[in-house]
Amino acid sequence: METFVTAFSEAGALLVSFDADFLSIVGLSLRVSLTAVAIACLIGFPLGTLISLARFPGRGGAVLLLNTFMGMPPVVVGLIVFLLLSRAGPFGVLGLLFTPTAMIIAQTILVTPIVAALTRQTVEDLWAEYGEHLRSLDAGPLTTLSTLIVDARFSLTTAVLAGFGRAIAEVGAVMIIGGNIEHVTRVMTTAIALETSKGNLSTALGLGIVLLALALAVNAAVQLINGSAARRAALA
Amino acid sequence: MMKMQSSILPLDVRRLVFEADSTRLLHDVGFSLQAGKRTVLLGPNGAGKILLLRLCHGLLTPTAGEVSWSGGHERARKHQAMVFQQPVMLRRSVAGNITHALAAHGVPRADRPDRAEAALALAGLSHLARRPARVLSGGEQQRLALARAWATEPQVLFLDEPTASLDPGATRAVETLIEGFHAAGTKIVMATHDLAQARRLADEILFVHKGRLLESADAESFFDRPQTEEALAFVAGELLW
Repeated sequence: METFVTAFSEAGALLVSFDADFLSIVGLSLRVSLTAVAIACLIGFPLGTLISLARFPGRGGAVLLLNTFMGMPPVVVGLIVFLLLSRAGPFGVLGLLFTPTAMIIAQTILVTPIVAALTRQTVEDLWAEYGEHLRSLDAGPLTTLSTLIVDARFSLTTAVLAGFGRAIAEVGAVMIIGGNIEHVTRVMTTAIALETSKGNLSTALGLGIVLLALALAVNAAVQLINGSAARRAALA
Repeated sequence: MMKMQSSILPLDVRRLVFEADSTRLLHDVGFSLQAGKRTVLLGPNGAGKILLLRLCHGLLTPTAGEVSWSGGHERARKHQAMVFQQPVMLRRSVAGNITHALAAHGVPRADRPDRAEAALALAGLSHLARRPARVLSGGEQQRLALARAWATEPQVLFLDEPTASLDPGATRAVETLIEGFHAAGTKIVMATHDLAQARRLADEILFVHKGRLLESADAESFFDRPQTEEALAFVAGELLW
């Protein structure tokens, strides 16, 4: 119990101290995860929409694969990206291993299936409702696509938040790819893992509390942008 | 504006067959629709009325047979609209639902607000323009669906049991709107199983039963002198299945 009490005071101390090392860790966490989520959305929204609307041989397999990839273990993704980026790997010449860029790549691979799979489900449900009306309007592919994505916007924020939650919380991939190098690739989750293994449990827990607060802040911001619950109920 | 365009009517339907899962749902249906008259597809539930509407509108592709519009299919698509039994409400404002349809029809952005406003005024929904469409009552939603269809200036308006889930007051409002469209020169093609509604609105009846077109007649002669046993029973208010 004492650990928890100390943890909260440590968390408080970290937050008010504006310790440069601590801030750089928080900053890198946000930078890596938010960038990964942004790229994943750029790929995942159109990909999910495409799979939900297109009819092609092997579509069932594609959906199955996408849904499976949602649950891909971060360490496995980390390992694969490690092999690809390591000196002997096909992309070794780029020298990206143990850089934030490599961490963004790994997290993008983790998050894209989540965004794409949830987008597919959302758009497919919406198409079941809108399909006849849009076809009755003789809407072209572009109008159809934009109507579905715009009208699914509230549901799609859930996909984005799920992706962000995945990215900011995972430790396996960033640990392998980044290597938890101080001032270079250390993020909140790898710092927590390190402090835990060193036995600094209250510091680790303090970092954990800050991480939670961060996730809370991001979700609250999104909810604010989405508007009131009543508005969402009417439009979602 | 509508009157300057040449008509997409008559609509000729020839030997139409529709099958789903190797069950034949429509058998050799043929008829011709002219401009002016309000056509009502009448028949019990499951007769194939709605199927017929969807095939005419191009939402379904026939297994065999032909649906041909004057001037060709492509041109006809832009001059027809359909209102469904359960109105499809986009997750947008009431006015936004109409401007979306106008945009899909290629109406220039600058013209959309005025045309949306006119359509809403017609349907008595102006005061709700900024409300989310999905919080409207069932009757208001159906009126919005009609206003949205009207805004795109269709020559032919297909209606799929538009009042099936509405109370008498809302039904009357919807029927008044339909009458208004008819008076303005829009061809009305409506499916209903409601005998009283067919009596109120129809100029001509296509009586459909078990996937077959059994009778095609002026409303008056259909109701006075049904030619088939099935129609006789239906007009007499007996339950057909």
